[in-house]
Amino acid sequence: MNRPTKGSGPAWVGRAIRRLEDPALLAGGGRFTADLPAAHRVRFVRSPVAAGRIKAISRPDGAFIVTAAELAAVNPVVPALHKFGYVPVAQPVLACGFVRYVGEPIAAVVAPSEAEAEDIAEAMSVDIAEAAPVIDARAALADGAPLVHAQAARNLVVEGKIETPGFAAVQAAAHRRVTIELRSRRQNATPLEARAGHATFDLASGRVTLTCATQMPHLMRTAIADLIGMPEGELRVIAPDVGGGFGQKMSLVPEYVVLVWLARTLRSSVAWTEDRRENLVASFHSRDQYIRLNGAFTAEAKIVALSAEVIANVGAYSCYPTTCAVEPLMAMAELPGPYDLQAYACVARGVLTNTCPMAPYRGVSRPVITMALERLMDVTAVQFGLEPAEIRRRNLIEKFPYTSATGLVFDAGTYRQTLDMAVAALDLPAFRRRQQQARSQGCYLGIGFATFSERTGYGTPAFAARGMAVTPGWETVELTIDPSGCVEVRTGASPHGQGLRTTLAQLVADELGLAPDRIKVVHGDTDRAPYGWGTFASRSLVIAGGASVLAARKVHAKLVKIASHLLEAAADDIVLADGVARVAGTDRALPIEALARAAYHQVHLFKGEIDPGISETATYDPPGTFSNACHAGIVAVDVETGRVTVEKFVVAEDAGRLVNPLIVDGQILGGVAQGIGNALLEEIVYDDTGNVLTATLADFLPPTSREIPPIELLHLQTLNGMTITQAKGLGEGGAIGAPAAIINAVNDALAPFGVSINEIPATPRRIRAALRQARKKLV
Amino acid sequence: MKPAPFVYHAPKTVDDAVARLAELGPLDGRVLAGGQSLIPMMAFRMARPAHLIDINSVEGLDRLAVEGDVLSIAACVRHAAFHRPVVPGPTGALLALVARNIGHYPIRLRGTFCGSLAHADPASEWCLTAATLGADIVAVSRRGPRTIAADDYFTGIMTTTLAEDELLLGTRLPLLAPDTHFGFYEFSRRAGDYAIAMALATFRLQDGLIVEPRLGIGGAEARPRRIPAAEAALAGRKPGGESFRAAAEAAAAAVEPLEDIHADAEFRLDLVRAVTRRALEQALA
Amino acid sequence: MSERSEITLKVNGQLHAIRVEPRRTLVDAIREECGQTGTHIGCEHGVCGACTVLVDGEPVRSCLMFAVQAQGKDIRTVEGLANGEELNPLQRAFMEHHALQCGFCTPGFLMLVTGVLEREPDISDEDLVDVLASNLCRCTGYQNIVKAVRAAAADMRRR
Repeated sequence: MNRPTKGSGPAWVGRAIRRLEDPALLAGGGRFTADLPAAHRVRFVRSPVAAGRIKAISRPDGAFIVTAAELAAVNPVVPALHKFGYVPVAQPVLACGFVRYVGEPIAAVVAPSEAEAEDIAEAMSVDIAEAAPVIDARAALADGAPLVHAQAARNLVVEGKIETPGFAAVQAAAHRRVTIELRSRRQNATPLEARAGHATFDLASGRVTLTCATQMPHLMRTAIADLIGMPEGELRVIAPDVGGGFGQKMSLVPEYVVLVWLARTLRSSVAWTEDRRENLVASFHSRDQYIRLNGAFTAEAKIVALSAEVIANVGAYSCYPTTCAVEPLMAMAELPGPYDLQAYACVARGVLTNTCPMAPYRGVSRPVITMALERLMDVTAVQFGLEPAEIRRRNLIEKFPYTSATGLVFDAGTYRQTLDMAVAALDLPAFRRRQQQARSQGCYLGIGFATFSERTGYGTPAFAARGMAVTPGWETVELTIDPSGCVEVRTGASPHGQGLRTTLAQLVADELGLAPDRIKVVHGDTDRAPYGWGTFASRSLVIAGGASVLAARKVHAKLVKIASHLLEAAADDIVLADGVARVAGTDRALPIEALARAAYHQVHLFKGEIDPGISETATYDPPGTFSNACHAGIVAVDVETGRVTVEKFVVAEDAGRLVNPLIVDGQILGGVAQGIGNALLEEIVYDDTGNVLTATLADFLPPTSREIPPIELLHLQTLNGMTITQAKGLGEGGAIGAPAAIINAVNDALAPFGVSINEIPATPRRIRAALRQARKKLV
Repeated sequence: MKPAPFVYHAPKTVDDAVARLAELGPLDGRVLAGGQSLIPMMAFRMARPAHLIDINSVEGLDRLAVEGDVLSIAACVRHAAFHRPVVPGPTGALLALVARNIGHYPIRLRGTFCGSLAHADPASEWCLTAATLGADIVAVSRRGPRTIAADDYFTGIMTTTLAEDELLLGTRLPLLAPDTHFGFYEFSRRAGDYAIAMALATFRLQDGLIVEPRLGIGGAEARPRRIPAAEAALAGRKPGGESFRAAAEAAAAAVEPLEDIHADAEFRLDLVRAVTRRALEQALA
Repeated sequence: MSERSEITLKVNGQLHAIRVEPRRTLVDAIREECGQTGTHIGCEHGVCGACTVLVDGEPVRSCLMFAVQAQGKDIRTVEGLANGEELNPLQRAFMEHHALQCGFCTPGFLMLVTGVLEREPDISDEDLVDVLASNLCRCTGYQNIVKAVRAAAADMRRR
């Protein structure tokens, strides 16, 4: 096999080298949280009802059980936001007095094994005076609805409002107005590894080490230490190999707080591995939204005004650190999408209900708002008799930088070009002929497009603009070369499948003239990595990558200085390449190892001009950048059964410089598959009493290989200088565009029946119901 | 999601298994064959047998043989045994076609034909096959063996007329006549998921007309069964669009649909129509 | 807690004398009593396939089998695939085609495919893709897994 990680090349960036992470993971050498042995296993007793007052908790004799009473000194989680009328709601780490959703942890059972803990948990009974729950967000806003938290009137926890000056006049003057209503059902990110935590107490140091499946180890440390009231230095948080996150593992997990408390109290080790049912019922959900859009268009089908109403069901509590406002506020800020549109009005509400709390999930609202806006474009295109591609061509932004109606600044991108690439890749005219022919034989094919932007790699100002109390924008990298010449890149980013160890190594390799396999990236350990924010929001390569390059440039400068002393040459004449420092045009050279050794052991040679050691730190806090893409898909709808089969899918995207094309493609392919799942299969279903009816993977349905079509990827690389590496983020785009493209394709397929499917997932049952309804109308 | 405790028994002979079942059946004892349905239910603690009598080591229970005009399938014959036709002619081909729809490959390597019948999930492909083809189920207890016709066997969702002390020893499936046409169509959400509705159809043609039609529906009702009204709509008729549509309508009219998160009643009836017609079309093709 | 049984599990050729309750699933015994944590638990109800191992050459969901049932059988797990540091052709194909991201489902896929290709070396590409639908992956979108497995199968057929 080709071993491209060996040897050096002129430029590592841009090469599809194979991942440095893979050999261990392929050989069973991954180290995940649940792999750690523990003296005690924890099982959480969870609320069987959606709302009520806890009257009594039975405790079997001899069992070690912890409830809110034992945790009286532990503070509740109270995420904060300083804008948009946000009402802070408190979540006790174990339910205290009241339960607010099915699955809410009430007690922790400690036993020698998981099975025994489950036996005890099963034998416990919790006496709850049930109250009427409210499950649906619209119902929760209605007069007289039960209140989930007394302090949040109408269950309204946040309300964002925006209206650009002169909006009403622009809207009123438009040639045509188009209104649509859409619904995104609730989903679960479903990483293959559910959540897991392991806390162990070290007698010698008095410290606790929490190993957990998290995307944000440092912030977990701060948050948990705050809640327990312990010095932060007494807590070490490790994110080992983490089996996927997609946002579900970025929020604070109350169960982890209990584990740390238990490890300190028992002075021992305790572990909890979330089972799949707990994960589906009680981890975090997302994307439960209603959206109503009204677009105002000119006679040329140019959108001039957009009004939007967003209602996001945020569940029973607010997640930390983003708060539950993240979905409605993201929707409000980004709904105008990639279209040239300056008149905009929006009301975006976050509504509390007696359901599992919402947390970010890959794309955060953007899969939903993109679906909404792209449906609006297609519905309007039909009214104007235009091809979907044509209405987009008329409306996409073209001049950069472009400042949106909500004040976002779009850097240069390729919105039109990627659309044209996707149209060409699917050969639209040929498809229309095939579609016509198929219809005459009772086969219903459809094509759908989604053009969108993906805001990525944004720094502290973007979070501050949302009014967040925690602004997780910057990232720091510490780059160290030890006396043996071993290079370590230590970062607060916390990858869990994104291949960041490889891509950061590629970036640093080019700066230092080394091969990537000589560079060790250290992350996911608060004792070893500098304080940082973790991996989420398509940020790590942009921000930690930028910081890595900045730190590497400092190290480069230092190595050159050392070499110029040791080689007795001018610094300008020193070249670092292939692992050696060379005086240009000569054979005078020293390997990096020799420079490193001298930096520590022979400092006297530098006559006080160079500080000992090689360790440089750099921080990067970028303004943010927009990737862009066009997704397009062809589907076949079986009108008798309502089944949708995706035949083919194309992504034409532009995320700036591709540091590792193999990893880029992997991110997009995985995102698209999740998007297809979101569009057609995945739905968390509650009954009226607040029970989750989809508590198994035979009911909540992530796609298998059979449901995913061949996906073709096309790339453009706009290098616009917005980021240090010229790379833009792209972790979420796959999941953002796919649902919209699929739903548009389904509607295109069903056009002859005059039905409109504006709900995801577009299940067979929903499609058949729409077709039956349409038939009734015809009769 | 760890199962509740149970006592494990691994008899080596049928007599021993029967004896243990006689003793333990009334004490919440259950037979463990492939375990691919029972063990998940135990993981969710929806099933919590006090005793498990594992018959995987019982001699002779992997026997699969043709006896006269019957295919005899012993208790531990796995789904995967039917991946390739086990007998020449339509029966082997039909079983191979059906087997591909059962769960996933690893499930098929371990789960058993007879275990599916014992479990009696309405969405079970083999239960539909047994009901449609008129299988005989052979059960044995200390009271001796008895044969139960499929019609008298399934009583509802995961319930049968098997007594708690009876071991399902095997299934006797009548072989189809060599000129039998057959078709099977299943609708499930994803590859390998439970059937939301499925149809199995067999018939022969005499002078271009349908004779001996069998039309079974599974996944849609509490138990799989033949639909006499649909068969009546086919018998003596020319195969094709008109008779198939009539059979599909008759099936939809006869079925009392289950309702769940994947399908309400109306949708299930839509599916009954579709799977019926498609199974028939496949049989004709 | 019910009574524990003393059994011996043979995992990748190594014998492990262990004491487990009958309710102990094979995957729990492999991970905890035998200490081989390369096999992962994804759902414990037989849908995701993360726990797939080979038992007497057959890929099985090790969450759907009790450890006591595996006594005397030949169990193979992901730890047994590589030859020392050297990855086997299937593992190399996964690396070459970027068929893994977080790596959590990967051992299950590797064992599934290993079992299928050993049992049915001539399996058609289409049937192979069908078999891959047995396991769930949330990161890769499957396309690269399919590519890797096709490449490894073709490679094995050539040998």
